[in-house]
Amino acid sequence: MREQILTFLEKNSKANLGELAIMLGTSEETVEAEVRKMEEEQIIRGYHTLIDWDKTDVEKVTALIEVRVTPQRDQGFDRIAERIYNYPEVRSVYLISGAYDLMVILEGKTLREVSAFVSNKLSTLDTVISTATHFILKKYKADGTIMAAKEEDERIPVTF
Amino acid sequence: MKKAIADKAAALKPSGIRKFFDIVSEMEDVISLGVGEPDFDTPWAIRDEGIYTLEKGRTFYTSNSGLKQLREEIARYLRRRFELSYHPLKEILVTVGGSEGIDLAFRAMLDPGDEVLVPQPSYVSYVPCVSMAGGVPVPVPLKAENDFRLKRSDLEGLVNEKTKILVMPFPNNPTGAVMERDDLEEIAQFVLENDLYVLSDEIYAELTYTGKPHVSIAQLPGMQERTILINGFSKAYAMTGWRLGYACGPEHIVKEMVKIHQFCIMCAPTNSQYAAIAALRDCDEQVEEMRQAYDGRRRFLLHTFKQMGLPCFEPFGAFYVFPCIREFGMTSEEFATRLLREEKVAVVPGDAFGDCGEGFIRISYAYSIDALKKAMDRIDAFISRLRAQR
Repeated sequence: MREQILTFLEKNSKANLGELAIMLGTSEETVEAEVRKMEEEQIIRGYHTLIDWDKTDVEKVTALIEVRVTPQRDQGFDRIAERIYNYPEVRSVYLISGAYDLMVILEGKTLREVSAFVSNKLSTLDTVISTATHFILKKYKADGTIMAAKEEDERIPVTF
Repeated sequence: MKKAIADKAAALKPSGIRKFFDIVSEMEDVISLGVGEPDFDTPWAIRDEGIYTLEKGRTFYTSNSGLKQLREEIARYLRRRFELSYHPLKEILVTVGGSEGIDLAFRAMLDPGDEVLVPQPSYVSYVPCVSMAGGVPVPVPLKAENDFRLKRSDLEGLVNEKTKILVMPFPNNPTGAVMERDDLEEIAQFVLENDLYVLSDEIYAELTYTGKPHVSIAQLPGMQERTILINGFSKAYAMTGWRLGYACGPEHIVKEMVKIHQFCIMCAPTNSQYAAIAALRDCDEQVEEMRQAYDGRRRFLLHTFKQMGLPCFEPFGAFYVFPCIREFGMTSEEFATRLLREEKVAVVPGDAFGDCGEGFIRISYAYSIDALKKAMDRIDAFISRLRAQR
């Protein structure tokens, strides 16, 4: 049940819980209670909206930054990750296996703003050894959603 | 000039939905709930395999019965899903959709005048295929009070010495009815007593919502040697346009079907056959995801009909619901035509699937939940208006 609710909400956080209950063959109260519990347990961490900013007048630049750091005694990567994720312009921070340590996803208004953040704030942190910044040029698919316009139903409208 | 058309062909009734199709294509903003195929795209792993196969230049005929690897995968699949055991090289034939398998079975098995029991409402091709093969189709009306399951009592009195094959169209298009193990046991007993063969069309086998796996009549004792099992990739893997199905049965029957298939088709499309191997190997999860999506929509429709007060039994298979519209005092066709003209929702009149489908309409839920919601609002408006007028 939980898994089904989560799978559903992950695709559509606006889903009407009454309708969801109908589709899962259970009562609205059950689904509501389950959702509330999962919110309390912080399994559900938020209800976001997937926005295609390219279709608006708002200017936005997104960058992926690979960061190599020196882990600190007793604290590993957690301390440095915290220092980075507390900046509001940082969207996501992941600890990564492989050639570098942290993947930082950053959003700014302009290239200059992002560059300034990397050179002034990120690179100057004590434990940061190096950074490599990649700007996103085009979003084809984000969070499981293909950004290209949906094609029309091409099926023959009435068939046996 | 001599008469061009054979009597047999001329006697075939044209498809009952042609008229609808013509109206729908002229209208705008129609929501069609008339489609008999999945709304999902074929899972990417399958499409990718199709592309790869073309890149590799695998564009030749395969053996008449189909690629050996594919038949082996089909045999493994039938064992894993339905505990059925077929010899991949002797008892499985890969066909152009399930439809070809149906046609081949009748042509291989029927002598002139042999009778075939066809439970209805059901898919429209059994009756013409039987006729073209020289057989005599005998409709078996299924009853709404039995949730359109086939009962032994439906068959009593319809069998004579010419009766040869019983068609088993379950999970059923258009009603969504399924046959569970105890339903099948009763029928299997009847088949054995009357020495019949069975053509079991299980194209919707993956799409059932009983919580238990689909049971094939071929699983029951003594039945496999009397059953031609039809299945395919169209519904479970959303592969309708790939045109790929298969028929399984006793070696001596399949051998004759292969002969006919060889002369009229040669082999099923090579590209589709390679893609189907990927489907059977890698796509269980996607099939289950699609099944769950259909199940949610099915529950949504049943709930909505209940609220509208439109009687509808709970169907546990395929992707159709089959509500009853008798209360409005019109034929299924009148109802469907008015619904289309007045509310721009296309459904298929139940009598298109046999006379006993009169009084019902087939609604497909191979659509997004948003489209279904919109369509249900329109149907609600339509029937409220009809009720207010009475």
